[in-house]
Amino acid sequence: MDRITKSHGGGGAHMRALISDIFKSKFGNPELDKLNDFAAVTLPTNRIALSTDSFVVEPWEFPGGNIGDLAICGTVNDVAMSGAKPLYLTAGFILPEGFLISDLEKIVDAMALRAEEAGVVIVSGDTKVVDPGSGPFINTAGVGVIETELEIAGSSAKDGDAVIITGHVGSHGIAVLSKRESIGFGTEVLSDVAPLSGLIAALVDDGLELHVLRDPTRGGVAEALNEIASQSGVEIEIDDNLIPMEQGVLSACELLGYDPLHIANEGCALVILPADQAERALEVMKTQRYGVHATIIGKVSDGAPRVTAKTLLGSRRLVDSPSGELLPRIC
Amino acid sequence: MTRTFDPADAQLQTQTLLEKIQSYTGPPISVMEVCGTHTVAVARMGLRPLLPQGVKLISGPGCPVCVTPVETFDKAIYLVEKGVILATYGDAMRVPGTRTTLADARANGGRVEPVYSALDAVKLAKANPDDQVVFLGLGFETTSPTAAHAIMVAGRENLENFSVLCAHKALLPAMEALVADPQMEIGAFLCPGHATMVIGSDVYKPFCEAHRLPCVVTGFEAQDVLLGLLWILRQAKEGRAEVENAYPRAVDAQGNVGAMKMLATVFRPADARFRGIGVLPGGGYELKEEFAHFDAETRFLAGVEVESREPAGCMCAEVLRGRIEPSQCPLFAKTCTAENPVGACMVSSEGACGAHYRYRGV
Amino acid sequence: MCVAVPGKIVSIDEFDMAVVDFGGTTREVSLAMVEDPATGEYVIVHAGFALHKVNSEEALETIELMRQALDDSNF
Repeated sequence: MDRITKSHGGGGAHMRALISDIFKSKFGNPELDKLNDFAAVTLPTNRIALSTDSFVVEPWEFPGGNIGDLAICGTVNDVAMSGAKPLYLTAGFILPEGFLISDLEKIVDAMALRAEEAGVVIVSGDTKVVDPGSGPFINTAGVGVIETELEIAGSSAKDGDAVIITGHVGSHGIAVLSKRESIGFGTEVLSDVAPLSGLIAALVDDGLELHVLRDPTRGGVAEALNEIASQSGVEIEIDDNLIPMEQGVLSACELLGYDPLHIANEGCALVILPADQAERALEVMKTQRYGVHATIIGKVSDGAPRVTAKTLLGSRRLVDSPSGELLPRIC
Repeated sequence: MTRTFDPADAQLQTQTLLEKIQSYTGPPISVMEVCGTHTVAVARMGLRPLLPQGVKLISGPGCPVCVTPVETFDKAIYLVEKGVILATYGDAMRVPGTRTTLADARANGGRVEPVYSALDAVKLAKANPDDQVVFLGLGFETTSPTAAHAIMVAGRENLENFSVLCAHKALLPAMEALVADPQMEIGAFLCPGHATMVIGSDVYKPFCEAHRLPCVVTGFEAQDVLLGLLWILRQAKEGRAEVENAYPRAVDAQGNVGAMKMLATVFRPADARFRGIGVLPGGGYELKEEFAHFDAETRFLAGVEVESREPAGCMCAEVLRGRIEPSQCPLFAKTCTAENPVGACMVSSEGACGAHYRYRGV
Repeated sequence: MCVAVPGKIVSIDEFDMAVVDFGGTTREVSLAMVEDPATGEYVIVHAGFALHKVNSEEALETIELMRQALDDSNF
């Protein structure tokens, strides 16, 4: 049998085979291997971070990764943005009938690799099979331990803070959009999908006074900064010209009329901390695989909760959140 | 990107040009940037608040989405509800019709496909031989030849299931209408680089002479826009009114003769309704009889009445004529925002309201 | 009015369709509206169509205009 059938979600022999042949063999760990409906784990501290995210990316495979990479990195990053060390994940699969088992293996392989890279273990899972036509979809939930005393949150940005972006902006969104049939363009850009747990741990372990960590996924940097400005009640001022991005992201945006600040990212984070610690933070980031392009892009000040950008001519303009679906423009 | 100007020099070049513009001492002048892409460039670089006393930039009607009347979108939505596959540029997806938008029509199960090129719509027709594909064509002379080409390709391939709902507009009649408006005080035109790339800068000569208005064609990088404006101010100061081309890497006197020929093969000039301006004689294009088979109006809309009305309170009409600034509309940034646009000028990021809203200064 | 960007022709097929490179982004573009296009040439593209061939003289002319404007000590 090379395709997913309803019986794979039906609770019988096929489902048991799928679990042991694919999920157990690739994710295998003592807790998962027990095949309980739950995972029982011990945590080293009693301050934990929890997060869940569902992954529905279309197409499920894109330059630089697939939905499996996203399912692990997305939740790992959400947990890590609290300053926590992610430890355990659960994974729920919703698969369309007829989906190739070899494709499922590709997805699960990506998840296994990313989990290992991020230092997390997948301890519980679930599979459902639905009518063909859409999917595959994956939900993951994660738990991590917070070992720092810092209150890292969207509401913690303060006057005098610096705003750092840890990597190139827009790569994930452009890689995915390039595969949408109705737009169809070629790009060398690969998704930036990556687990940021190591990078964040390095910053935490260095003793930096981190105020805000946020991964600018859907809605891009513009959306994430607007959220932070509103949660913290501060003004964030960025310099457009400092935003690091690959040439291919810039050219795709110019060709199709997208704003790079609106494009989704899956492997970079906004880091906000006191300006006098920014240079040290950059040093630490640059020792990490996913922090080599880290750049200071702006600053936080007391003022109306909004995001502004310095224009080429030196005046300032508002940076708004994107309004809905990204569409190619001709005018 | 094949940038003309080295980005490393941008800061110095733009500052130098800006200082020159700011040192202007000629008579007060209102300059209309006809083109929506100029409106965006001006807003994005934050030029307006830096202009010298007496120099005003007015945003004109050169946003194709914005000047497309509400009934065109109502017709397109009607066709979607009748089951056709409607292909159009992403720009048009969120423009409010009387009741709803194409994006909402899609959410309700209708088939609406955003495309980047008219040829993508032809491809869609080939891939869906059992469905009717209607391409909603919008735009001035930069875009209309591409729709003409798509129709010719569909003709060559005998595609029975492809047609065009034509909302293409003509640039010069729109400019004539603005000048004819006694309430308008336009002192010069910053002419659209890319439309002029097709129609050629000579087109403005009779217009420029008849109205004694400086017409400077320019491009869209910050340096282009500033240079174009500087040349306009230089003309104003010296009392000249000429057509000048500050965008020679894209624009010449004749334009793209082949593209204009293609346009004339498929379309003929027709009276057209501009949102906010009204019906302009020769203001748009319609399909010639021999291409009637590709005309969605003839094929699907003959005798169909769609009930259309402009949204209440919306002053897009005044904005498009350059009579008011977007911020003078009572709905601006209140009930009409980029997230929930009321009027078409807010939907397109190159619409005057959209550009002013997204890049509003602080 | 119209987003249009310059790119370099990478390849041309028998139907006048080309692959154009916009600096790391490529797209299928129709060459039906430019005369005698050749691989390696630069074209300005709008909505999937090349509408103008850029020649190096025109590009230099633009740079020269800018240089004059910047150097001109008068207004």
